[in-house]
Amino acid sequence: MDAFIAQVLSGLVTGGIYASVALALVMIYQATHLVNFAQGELAMFCTYLAWTMLDAGFPYWAAFAATIALAFVCGVVIERVVIRPIGESSVLAVVVVFIGLLVIFNSLAGWIFTYTVKPFPSPFPAEPLFGNHYVSSHGIGAIGVTLVVLALLYAFFRFTSLGLAMRAAAQNPVSARLVGIRVGWTRALGWGLAAAVGSIAGMMVAPTVYLDPNMMAGILLYAFAAALVGGIDNPWGAVAGGFLVGVLENLLGAYVIGTELKLTVALVLIVGVLVIRPSGLFGRVTVKRV
Amino acid sequence: MKTGSLLQATVLIGAIALATASFAQKKYDPGATDTEIKIGSIMPYSGPASAYGQIGKLHMAYFQKINDEGGINGRKIKLLSVDDGYSPPKAVEMARRLVEQDEVLFIFQSLGTPSNSAIHKYMNAKKVPHLFVATGATKWGDPKDFPWTMGWQPNYQTEGRIYAKDILATRPNAKIAVLYQNDDYGKDLLKGLKDGLGDKAGRLIVAEATYEVSDPTVDSQIVSLKGSGADVLINIATPKFAALAIRKVHDIGWKPVHYLNNVSASVGSVLVPAGLDKSVGLITVAYQKDALDTQWANDPGMKEFVAFMAKYLPDGKLSDALNAYGYSVAQTLVQVFKQCGNDLTRANIMRQAASLKDFQLPLLLPGIKINTSPTDFYPIESLQLQRFDGKQWVLFGKVIE
Amino acid sequence: MAALPTDSATARRNQWLGLALVVLLAAVLPFFLSNYRVFQLTLVLAYAIVLLGLNMLTGYNGQISLGHGAFYAIGAYTAAILMDKFGVPYWLTLPAAAAVCLVAGFLFGLPALRLEGLYLALATFALGVALPQLLKYKHFEHWTGGVQGIVIIKPDAPFGLPVNADQWLYLFTLGVAALMFILGVNLLRGRIGRALVAIRDQPIAAEAMGVDISLYKALTFGVSAMYTGVGGALGAIAVQFVAPDSFTIFLSIAFLVGIVVGGLASVSGAIYGALFIQFVPNIADQISKAAPWAIYGVFLIACMFLMPGGIAQVVGGAWQRLRRKPGKSV
Repeated sequence: MDAFIAQVLSGLVTGGIYASVALALVMIYQATHLVNFAQGELAMFCTYLAWTMLDAGFPYWAAFAATIALAFVCGVVIERVVIRPIGESSVLAVVVVFIGLLVIFNSLAGWIFTYTVKPFPSPFPAEPLFGNHYVSSHGIGAIGVTLVVLALLYAFFRFTSLGLAMRAAAQNPVSARLVGIRVGWTRALGWGLAAAVGSIAGMMVAPTVYLDPNMMAGILLYAFAAALVGGIDNPWGAVAGGFLVGVLENLLGAYVIGTELKLTVALVLIVGVLVIRPSGLFGRVTVKRV
Repeated sequence: MKTGSLLQATVLIGAIALATASFAQKKYDPGATDTEIKIGSIMPYSGPASAYGQIGKLHMAYFQKINDEGGINGRKIKLLSVDDGYSPPKAVEMARRLVEQDEVLFIFQSLGTPSNSAIHKYMNAKKVPHLFVATGATKWGDPKDFPWTMGWQPNYQTEGRIYAKDILATRPNAKIAVLYQNDDYGKDLLKGLKDGLGDKAGRLIVAEATYEVSDPTVDSQIVSLKGSGADVLINIATPKFAALAIRKVHDIGWKPVHYLNNVSASVGSVLVPAGLDKSVGLITVAYQKDALDTQWANDPGMKEFVAFMAKYLPDGKLSDALNAYGYSVAQTLVQVFKQCGNDLTRANIMRQAASLKDFQLPLLLPGIKINTSPTDFYPIESLQLQRFDGKQWVLFGKVIE
Repeated sequence: MAALPTDSATARRNQWLGLALVVLLAAVLPFFLSNYRVFQLTLVLAYAIVLLGLNMLTGYNGQISLGHGAFYAIGAYTAAILMDKFGVPYWLTLPAAAAVCLVAGFLFGLPALRLEGLYLALATFALGVALPQLLKYKHFEHWTGGVQGIVIIKPDAPFGLPVNADQWLYLFTLGVAALMFILGVNLLRGRIGRALVAIRDQPIAAEAMGVDISLYKALTFGVSAMYTGVGGALGAIAVQFVAPDSFTIFLSIAFLVGIVVGGLASVSGAIYGALFIQFVPNIADQISKAAPWAIYGVFLIACMFLMPGGIAQVVGGAWQRLRRKPGKSV
């Protein structure tokens, strides 16, 4: 029983990692209707920026805030400079640009910061909460941060006119333009916000998995799966999807099929869910118009 | 005018005589000339294993140093180091490029078991030395079937057998849990461990768990292994995962006797990220000095290495154990060249590589020597156990052959 | 492609002549190049077959796949296992690889039909990630050789032909590639090709016109996988080695890059794309050892900036302009 609780709790912590990156994917999807494959690498790179500031002696929260701001600017600049010129020519051309960005960020990080893993500080206490042996304080803290980001995102899309405009611009750019939304700028803003959310995810993930250029390589697939299984148009669903994937993977690996095939089986289950419920567990079913 | 032409004739004859004399001594295969030795190397500068590209960068820096000092017997070393992205098909393409297009004398330190497996047969069919491959798989020391291929570092199976021997000697009733990377390296080391335990393996090993390099953490595996009730943990993981495992073992309050494989014995890239306090009591085998270990701070060999790094590879980190590794291998190669003299044929390269006798290197632990022979293609076979005391690795026991 | 109906017969004849000329040129090439270059071109041909197959699925039919490396691996392993364990001659492994991949692709395509866009991308991505894991799974190790992979022997030229093994393999691959391209072009030009494009552009209208979308999509997946499998088998024979590490997710991504850079929904684009994925990483490595991927990434983005429609579109456009100049204006 003790081991079972430990598996579930450590699954929740890993799930929190997937959830936080999944939120960044939801953000960019809401703003552009694309999934950015470079999102994870961008987050990793921003985390290195945070590491550089911390290394230079900045206090944690100052570096935290500065990184979010830098990430936002970075996202806006990438959209304006790289994505916009390709624009609406072809979705696949944009996907190739994403792949280009992915390898550029990965390679630059390795070149500038080397491939040696670096410990990344946590803002939470080093001692486990209540002296438990299951989860570190950082694990719990990171889940808390993810939930706060989730609440903020939800409120942004639900209650602010900017959030609504962004969703409208992504869903139907032509109509959005007709009602006076500046679609170009909502997209750039979406990129900026997604990069900011991603940088928070990076800074919460790095203390758990260590900072290295390949930090996000494995996580991105799970986050992608989590976002889709929960419903990519629903931040709550994406987070729930993240926790679900994390726990499911641990339990499968520990009790059902062993560690060798856990990734494979987890993926088969996820794809199976999507085949039965194509818009995800918590996603909205859309009806196609002729 | 007459004396002039006589002088010319004498000089000419003298020159011819000299040339034929040295021609008798000098023997070359493609890639070697009077002024240059051209060799090739295949490294994963891009792709998932790009961390190891550091070894290639170190080689280039080290040969730069050798060339600055006048080369070897007046010959400069030219290293063509190419990228295969850790992909076996690309490795085949690159090996063919180096051998057929660039006509290198041999291929040195190509990295990774999959990539080397892919070119193993090709190199031997072409009779081009495939020297000091950068992988610890056991299959590289097979002079009977593959006389052109030689490894360098202690092989994984030897390492596994040493852990088995130590466990049998210190706690014969151990309950062993194994964490290993699900690839050739993890399985090779596990095989050595099982061979070493012999018929007791089935009884003593109570749990095994694998991880993939794409896994974000190994938390779940450690929890499972702890749940098996094991009191010995064998940690067969690459640096990042080894650090994750050390930290998790400590955090969940598990206190097994923890054997850490040599691949991850670096203080700077594993124990510091894991936490030095959490690493107390770790046991590993070693053959090299750790650059961050304070006990070697005044060691002449270490000082030489630190000075080299500062001059030739200033952006390389001492904490990265790959630098020390690449340094020692490059020095071994220089020794082979010295032994070759002016006979730079492929056959002689292999002959000299297979006749290193009690060769010592500045960064090898005291008492560890390189020995090869025509039937022994494993340069480093001796290792020594060491335990981490919270500050540094403390050697214990004897050098194990 | 967009020739007027009255010209179509002449245009088609010209195209076949052009193709024959290209094949002829390609056939004499190995006699002027080093064996190493011949080997590289053999891989280009194998990749070109793969890219044509992927283009049918993604370019013509609009279904994205981030996992075609998996079918390439299945084809490669089919060839390797048949040659290594059963002593089957290399040329017989191609139909076997084709059949295995056709079935695998069809079976994968059936459930994948229900998925669209991103969801299909995830499903195929998952396939690409999971397959190397299956290849090294302990219960399949007996067949696949596990993490160690399988080494195979390169075939020599038959009938005492005066060509070496590299040249022969190149010519053999060229022959197979020409066959696959001719088949592919006929398939895409005909009723089936039009149906594929209709499904991509107007799925609901196509369904209303009586196109059986489900069947077409699954079949496309199967045929696309079949092409990929043939390419994989040829690639494995050329490289003489298969291992799980040869077929990582990066291979699948390289294929996708290949069709987009080469030109979507274009037959010649498959060849340009194959040249790109074979040679551009080498160029990047030549430029920088420190960060070859960064250079590669810059190349990718630059390609998309300069040629958003792919190389084929640019080359096609230039060709059209050249042809129009001397003749009367159309």
